Amino acid sequence: MSDIQLWTLIFAVLTFSLYIVVAYRSRVSDTAGFYVAGGGIPAPANGAAIAADWMSAASFISLAGIVAFAGNGYGGSVYLMGWTGGYVLLALLLAPYLRKFGKYTIPDFVGDRYNETARMVAVVAAIVVSFVYVAGQMAGVGVVFTRFLGVSTTWGVIIGMAIVFFYAVLGGMKGITWTQVTQYTVLIIAYLIPAVAVSSKVTGVALPQIGFGKILDELNGLQADLGLASYTEAFTKTSMANMILITAALMFGTAGLPHVIVRFYTAKSVRAARFSALWALFFIALLYTTAPSVAAFTKLNIINELGGTQGIPLADAPSWFTTWADVGLITQAGEAAAPISALPPDALITFNDVAINNDIIVLASPEIGGLPAPVVGLVAAGALAAALSTASGLLLVISSSVANDVYYKKINPQATEARQLLVGRIAMGGAILVAGYLGINPPGFVAQVVALAFGLAAASFFPVLVLGIFWKGCTAKGAMWGMIVGLVTTFAYMIWTIPIYGGSEGILDIPPTGIGTIGMLINFAVTFAVSKVTEKPSAAMQELVEEIRYPGRTELVEAHLHGEDLH
Amino acid sequence: MDDRQRQEYWRRNLRLMGILLFFWALVSFGAGILFVDALNSVSFMGYPLGFWFAQQGSIIVFVILIGIYVWRMDKLDAEYGIDEYDSEVHHP
Repeated sequence: MSDIQLWTLIFAVLTFSLYIVVAYRSRVSDTAGFYVAGGGIPAPANGAAIAADWMSAASFISLAGIVAFAGNGYGGSVYLMGWTGGYVLLALLLAPYLRKFGKYTIPDFVGDRYNETARMVAVVAAIVVSFVYVAGQMAGVGVVFTRFLGVSTTWGVIIGMAIVFFYAVLGGMKGITWTQVTQYTVLIIAYLIPAVAVSSKVTGVALPQIGFGKILDELNGLQADLGLASYTEAFTKTSMANMILITAALMFGTAGLPHVIVRFYTAKSVRAARFSALWALFFIALLYTTAPSVAAFTKLNIINELGGTQGIPLADAPSWFTTWADVGLITQAGEAAAPISALPPDALITFNDVAINNDIIVLASPEIGGLPAPVVGLVAAGALAAALSTASGLLLVISSSVANDVYYKKINPQATEARQLLVGRIAMGGAILVAGYLGINPPGFVAQVVALAFGLAAASFFPVLVLGIFWKGCTAKGAMWGMIVGLVTTFAYMIWTIPIYGGSEGILDIPPTGIGTIGMLINFAVTFAVSKVTEKPSAAMQELVEEIRYPGRTELVEAHLHGEDLH
Repeated sequence: MDDRQRQEYWRRNLRLMGILLFFWALVSFGAGILFVDALNSVSFMGYPLGFWFAQQGSIIVFVILIGIYVWRMDKLDAEYGIDEYDSEVHHP
């Protein structure tokens, strides 16, 4: 066992034990605790939990690599702005009002504000989006176990499933929330330590956000010498119009994702919901302002270590290069992606001759920056924390959708508290098994669909939620047709244009990742038009919408929460 | 709160929201994308300014915007005598 494997194992065992202890201490025995942690989580803790829930294996492992390579610097900004800007919309337009509305899930809001058909559309959408996501997380757990510990992907996923099963089934939302707080702490430490160390080493400035600015001239110069487009120049990869469309789709999609919105129900009060959004974005911003600096520092280091413009003979390549080339994550450049081992040892290589996988930027940055083995182990534990925390939040959405929105609301409204809790736990267990299966046998389209899920959420949920709160005249038929038309047009365009299915050019060069913005505008227009020509919501419903605008106790909201039908 | 106070509370809330969303769009879609080329001719702590907004500044401003929202809404709630947060019984 190498040093790196030993330290990874130590950190993995330590952090996993910590999660189990935390989860055992916050186990629950009622549905309010299981679905929304009894609505009793303090704002900073809730914020940290939201941040951990939000930042998945993709944020932790892939984001920096996408910015450095796929986006060539500036082009990656769509993800940086898109995945943070959505929180401003959440905080101002949704969180306080949904918290005042109460209940447990997004379909609850849609069903109570509109009608039962709309509730079912929302249930299906929430479950599909969550399963797509969770498969990616389980696969991420498998990847970390394979790369760092040398166990098979199958065993990696099974270990991850067992851990999540233990704390999610036992503790529900309460167990998940407190575990996520712990996981956030682990993942942010694991992300910041190597970033600070590399920034200090290269520039002498500890804060990576400041050091970042000091290396851009050098990086731009190196890229120019290599014949690459400038790192900081705009629109070398993506046109201005598409930058806007993709950024907007990610922002509005963030504000429409069920597993994020549901977290505001766990806050103590409307005021706590506002503060939760503030803390969440603050915690997310720590990682999201660091990621682009990690991207730039690592790209600079890689170009330099590969001999700049002169290149180096393959035999003299640094050890991280051979390690990652051996597992096929560094290959020769070009369509064929031929293995590095096919080259003779005296071949001269430069940065331009190799293709480096986006995912290894973060995982390999400590090695590339020359940091010791414990740091590498810590980063692996951080990646596991990011994947597990997101997976558990998504599993809770699936479980509560099945147990609350389908079983309790549709099949057996007389079910006792204990019975509902049992169904919730069984649904959670079933969801974990399905997620595990998808993690071990990932369908080929998962990677594409995860990126597209935001567009789908923007085109379906966001308009219906915002209009439901801000426009009393928004009707059930309007919302239903808006959701259906928005979802169908967006989905059809995606199928038509993504390479593995249609591969068509599309219209006006709009990419599948940006179409969600158009779908959302269509949804708004349809909802508005249909609402104008259909019967107004009942007076009681309009009064309820009026009441959720004001914090503090109000009578109608109270009546609604005790199950009174206001349609 | 009577009806008139409610309307006033809501109007002030909407105005605050409008102002904050204007700045939200200004730093991201404006400074980060639409005006990025012009801003890039200015240097800021080693960064071309437009690039800084796209990868650092917009995110920092987002946090500040939510901070201002939370702070102003607290003041607004206090002005209208809303302090019953703890009695919000939401989960029957």
